[in-house]
Amino acid sequence: MDSTSIISQLPYSEPFLFVDHILEVDENSIIGEFTFLPEMEFYRGHFKNKSVTPGVILTECMAQIGVVCLGIYLLNTENKKENLSQVALTSSEIEYLKPIYPGETVRVVSEKQYFRFNKLKCKVVMYNAEGSMVCKGVIAGMMIKTQ
Amino acid sequence: MNEKEIIIRLKKIVEPYVQRMEGLKNFREETDFLNDLQINSANLVDVVLDVEDEFNIEIDNDSMEGMLTVGDAKNIIEKKLAN
Repeated sequence: MDSTSIISQLPYSEPFLFVDHILEVDENSIIGEFTFLPEMEFYRGHFKNKSVTPGVILTECMAQIGVVCLGIYLLNTENKKENLSQVALTSSEIEYLKPIYPGETVRVVSEKQYFRFNKLKCKVVMYNAEGSMVCKGVIAGMMIKTQ
Repeated sequence: MNEKEIIIRLKKIVEPYVQRMEGLKNFREETDFLNDLQINSANLVDVVLDVEDEFNIEIDNDSMEGMLTVGDAKNIIEKKLAN
């Protein structure tokens, strides 16, 4: 399953799609990238005087690449081409280490902790273009399949 | 391991995921995970994984789906331990 077909199955679109490419994916891990364009709407208000990518958006980017894209891959390969119909974030515990400014490209690396009974829990790390850790933590979601 | 012991161990596993503490005070076979303890489906997965570790058993999808009450869980654990 290639990067384009994973992204085409994502239940998000602009302005809430935070995945550009999937670089690597297998049954235990995934690596993806996203570039935060300076024209993104939330920069107008976060903050009033200086644009910084909000932590919740970084978390969303980590969840979309690290949990949802990996979940789509796992459902498609392990479970006989089942498609994802709905997804729900169920928990996240993230530590934020460095800011991400408009125009920066981030790389998200996620490792599966388990995928059981439709729940996917992953250890997810985000890096900036220099390879420094931006944030890290654990995110889980429920993958609801089409019958 | 007798029934009582299974239920005591189960209570300990379930405790961190319970949202409705009243349900925990009255923990018995009829106690329903979703309604009485208000454990959602995502946290129920963690309960099941903890049960697997605690009792050293494997719980399949069908068993998971039938696990609505403490009694259901106890029966499944007993059955798996007997195998």
